Formats: sequence, C-alpha cells, structure tokens
Amino acid sequence: MNIHEYQAKELFDRFDVPSPVGRVASSPEEAAEAAREFSGAKLVIKAQVHAGGRGKGHFKNGFQGGVHLIDSPEQASEYAGKMLDETLVTVQTGEEGRLVRKVMIAEAVDITHEYYLAILMDRATARPVIVASTEGGMSIEDVAYQTPEKIIRQPVHPLLGLQAYGIRKIAAALGLSGDIAKQFGKLLSNLHKLFISLDCAMVEINPLVTTPDGRVLALDAKFGFDSNALFRHPEIVAMRDKDEEDPREVAASEYDLNYIGLDGNIACLVNGAGLAMATMDIIKHFGGEPANFLDVGGGASREQVAAAFKIILGDPNVKGILINIFGGIMDCNVIAEGVIAAAKETGLPIPLVVRLEGNNVEAGKATLATSGLDITTADDMADGAKKIVAAVS
Amino acid sequence: MAILIDENTRVLVQGITGSFGARHASLSLAYGTRLVAGVTPGKGGRKFEDQVPVFDTVAQAVAETGATASAIFVPPPFAADAILEAADAGVDLIVAITEGIPVMDMMRVKEGLRGSKSRLVGPNCPGLVTPGHGEKSHGGCRIGIAPGYIHKRGNVGVVSRSGTLTYEAVFQLTSLGYGQSTCVGIGGDPINGTSHLDVLQMFNDDPETEAIIMIGEIGGTAEVEAARWAKENCKKPVAGFIAGATAPPGRRMGHAGAIVGGEEDTAQAKKKILAECGIAVAETPDQMASALLDLWGK
Repeated sequence: MNIHEYQAKELFDRFDVPSPVGRVASSPEEAAEAAREFSGAKLVIKAQVHAGGRGKGHFKNGFQGGVHLIDSPEQASEYAGKMLDETLVTVQTGEEGRLVRKVMIAEAVDITHEYYLAILMDRATARPVIVASTEGGMSIEDVAYQTPEKIIRQPVHPLLGLQAYGIRKIAAALGLSGDIAKQFGKLLSNLHKLFISLDCAMVEINPLVTTPDGRVLALDAKFGFDSNALFRHPEIVAMRDKDEEDPREVAASEYDLNYIGLDGNIACLVNGAGLAMATMDIIKHFGGEPANFLDVGGGASREQVAAAFKIILGDPNVKGILINIFGGIMDCNVIAEGVIAAAKETGLPIPLVVRLEGNNVEAGKATLATSGLDITTADDMADGAKKIVAAVS
Repeated sequence: MAILIDENTRVLVQGITGSFGARHASLSLAYGTRLVAGVTPGKGGRKFEDQVPVFDTVAQAVAETGATASAIFVPPPFAADAILEAADAGVDLIVAITEGIPVMDMMRVKEGLRGSKSRLVGPNCPGLVTPGHGEKSHGGCRIGIAPGYIHKRGNVGVVSRSGTLTYEAVFQLTSLGYGQSTCVGIGGDPINGTSHLDVLQMFNDDPETEAIIMIGEIGGTAEVEAARWAKENCKKPVAGFIAGATAPPGRRMGHAGAIVGGEEDTAQAKKKILAECGIAVAETPDQMASALLDLWGK
C-alpha cells in the first residue's frame, strides 16, 4: 500500500519528524488559501499522485510539470486550476497517466546539503536496519554500487530498540556536529518510533536536508507498510487511495484474492502463491506471456472462483485462461463445479485449459468433460501450459 | 529416523476449536498421527472429537499429555503470543501454520526464542509430514495442513517455502515410486524460525534421507546460503526449483517474503548460484522429481 506525499507529511507531523510546512488542497480556492497562510515563505505547488517523476511530467491538457515554484496566492490558484482534475503523465505512470485530485502547497526550502536516511526491516538479520549516506538526493542503489563506502548501516536491536550511541555513531559518520547533530538525533529517534509504532516495512527519506538557517528537514519520503499488520492501524488503512491502484487489483482484494496484473495475454488461476508463481514461469517457459498472478488460496469458494473469472475476463489483453489446481485437501470435483458455474455465469469467450490434480481428481475431470462447455483438460502442468500457449497463438 | 518428527511424536494443536484448526486436527487424527491434546484458552475440559482433551494453557497440556510438538492455528493477532506460550511450556517443536502474522511480532518472537530449546517452523507454512508405513502413508506424523495421502514412506527429504509446490514435488516423487523421509514447509514469510539451511543440515545428518529436494522462490537469500553450504558439506544429491522467474520487481507475490528487492534475489540469480553449487535445478516445476532422479542416478 502506498500513500501520498501529503499523507506522509501528516505522519511525520504526528511523530515530530520535521518536514517543510505545507497543506493539501482540493480546489484552486483552497490552494490560494494555503498560500496566504504561508505568505512570507517561498512556496511550491505539487501535484499529488503516487507516481514519481512529477516535476518532469506533463499534463494531457498541455501544461508542463507537476511541481512549480509559486510566488502569490493568485498563482497558487492559477496553477492548481491547471493541475486539479487533469491527467499527469510521468515516466512512472505510463501513457495513460494519473488523474490529479489534490495538490500540496509547501515551503520551498533552501538546501545546504542533501543526505539519505532510511529504516527498513532486514529479513536476513530479522531486525530493523538504519541506512544513511552523505550522498542524498540521488538513487541509493547507484550510491551503493558506485561508492559502497558511503553507505552507513546500523542494525537496531529487536527488543532493546534504538540506543543513543547508535544515533551518535550515525551522526558522526555523516559528519554532523553541534546543534545540527542534536536535531538529527531527535529526528532519527522519532523516525524510529514512527517505524515501530506503525509497523512499517520501510521509511525512506531522500533527501534529508540541512538548510542555511540551521534546520534539519525531511524533504521527500517513501513509506512501505507491513500489510499483515494493517488490522491494527485503521488510520493507515484510511489513507489507502484506491483511485491510484489497478482497478483489477482493487476488485480482487474485495474477494480476498491475491491478484497482480501483468502485461501478457494468458491469464492464470492457481491455488497457492508458490504454485501461482511457478505457473506464470511455466507459461513463459513454453513461449507464452502471463497476464497475471492470481492465488485463490487454499480453500477457494465458488464465489471467489467466479469473482476471479470476472476479473480475468475484464482484462482486454487476455486471450486464454489456464487453471492450475493442486487439490490436496480441497475436493477437485468441488473446484470443477465452481469453474463450470463461473464459466456459465460469465460466458466463456476465450480458450480455457484446466489442469486438476489431487483429491477426487477423476470425478473432477469427469465433471469438466460432461459440462458441455469448451474446456480443455491437461494431464500435467507442462501439458496445460503447452495447450494454452498453442490456443492463444 | 526421519527428521524433527516421527510416528511416535506426541502432538498438540493450539487453536483446536477454531474451524481451520479443527478441520486439520481431524485430518491428522485420520492420518494416524498421535494427536494428544488441544489448547484453546477458556475452553479447557472439553474433548475434541470425543477423544482429544482440550486445555486452557499449553503448560497444562504438556504436563498432562507429554506433548512435544505443537501446531499453531491461532489467528494472526494472537499467534505471536501462542508461539511464546508453547516455548514457555518447553515444547520442542513449534509449527506456526498461521498466515498473516505482523512482521514486527515475528521479529520479537524470533529474538525471544533465542537460547530457548524450542525450534520454530513457519509461520505461514503448511507444516511437516513424516509419512507412515501404512496404505497411502497412513500412520505417519502430520503437523499442519498438507494432504497426508499423497505421501509415501521413503528416503527423499523435501524442504520448501511454498505449500502447493511442496505437494507437487511430493506427488511427483510418489507417482514415480519414490517415498519421502520428511517434508518440511518452512513458510513464505520474511522472518521465519527455520531456514532452508537448517533443514538441509538435518537431512544431511539423517541416515534415512538419501536425497533432497529444495524448493525456493524470489526474495531474500536463504536458498543461496543453503546452496553454498551444500556445495562444501552436503553428502547427498540435491535438486532445486526457484519460483518467480516472471515476477515483476517490487511486487509482493502472495507470500510476504516473495518480493524481488535487488539483483541477487531474482529467480535467475538464485538458479545460477544453485547450479554452480552442484544442485540440479529443475527448469519447470513439473520436473522437480525427475531432476533429482537424474542427479541421483535412478
């Protein structure tokens, strides 16, 4: 789950992680109002979409750039008018772009130096690790590749938490001293509190900046949340913006289906995440392109199978479907009946290959064969992949 | 022999009165597993299926029945507590089936178990099976949610992060006439109790295990660590499969742990390292057993 820049600022404010002053606006009037509130400061207006590359993007109405300096409430209103309810295209959005529903008016900060600061859950050591660098403002992967000595890593004990010495160590390694080091220490301590309290998988500040007037500020942030822990963070769930997500994935999540849309033309419906990935792989191995990852889980109901069918058929790129089920405990015949019910309900305009194995498989295959529907059965996974690839080519 | 569990292992189920736990407790009983106790706080004193006593606490269950292994079917918000309770009661093997436990909870649990004699397998795993000698492997020890009947008692050890891919491998082996010593699902979460490497070492030391299938997926470096160890130390043939070659980077593929973060945790990178370490890597998931048999010279 991703959040908007203005929502990240809300979380920073809540945990006293300093960031430039700013406010979100949904109309030109609100934008002008915000600009008046912060008058005296240099201001910037930023389109709020989940994609990066906003500054260099363009709007479909011809307006250039999703980030602009502004010097008056009138200009805030004018620019907001050109951005709101318009579609912004950036390198990350693809050609279709994203509709801008909100803009943020924020202080444009003068920068003395840019740093990188992140906390992430490190699976190898099963604890959070703080990653920092003096090389802020650029891709941290590039820094790690070109100048690995400039990456500072400090693990955090799972039960003891972040200790004062750890903060001093990082501040010293970044070359910070005096009041700046003190401000940095408070910011990092609060960021760690935020990371733990909100069950984050990652919080990345890039850049973290120092300013000529002696402040330390989080200028841009990226959050990753542990989806397993969202049940205890309703305020984070409320930040979810379904308009920014793939509508197929939104529909799937409503039926507890694990779906990820891809670019290919062979849809697959599988039980189990590992088998679902392996099914995508075997489609590709035999020359096809998977249209999705779809795990219906261990105990898929008839309703879920029907919903999965509708989502798959809603993708105009899909030219064929491969169902791959290993019914260990599940009865294959129940699955077969679910597939037939779903196919009858939605119609079956494209080829369908079904590979069933496991519990009561003979009855399941017989049910498919006598359904009167044009369903191809497969003997094993490879046979199924070959048959569906042949059917769509 | 087998590893971790055998037909004499005394098993308890935490969360036995929930629908998921109850269903699989019944299937384990039907498989012939020595299921000796259930635990659900507030429901002590009942009998599950008129034969298995239910207790309020794991400590009571262990004291009364001598259970040494626990299967955890407790819902995610309470699962970390259930694991720690089992460790506190001195259970040797804790198998956390629960899917969806917060990563921070697992971080604390993993640290909390340091130095304890309990081994955790999972979470978010199908559990373990040591097949029995009866028809369709009846009489074995089944802890978790795997289908018992597809197994056959034999000499191949199977370790995997994924449930259904484990069943595929077991089914392929059994269909070709080769049985299993023990099958271990270690789970698809980023922080888990037992790694590929841990299980590989146990299989290497187990006289009954003659060959090994190791199934992994994208994300993390656990399979790579196991492969590097195997290259230097494993005396037995190992075949492998890595799922997720077609997964886009940065997207979580169902399992919380299955996410490509960098260049080294892609399927391609892992397959390459596995092959360099002498592991027979199956090109496609339907070739897992045959890749092993080729290497094994069968």
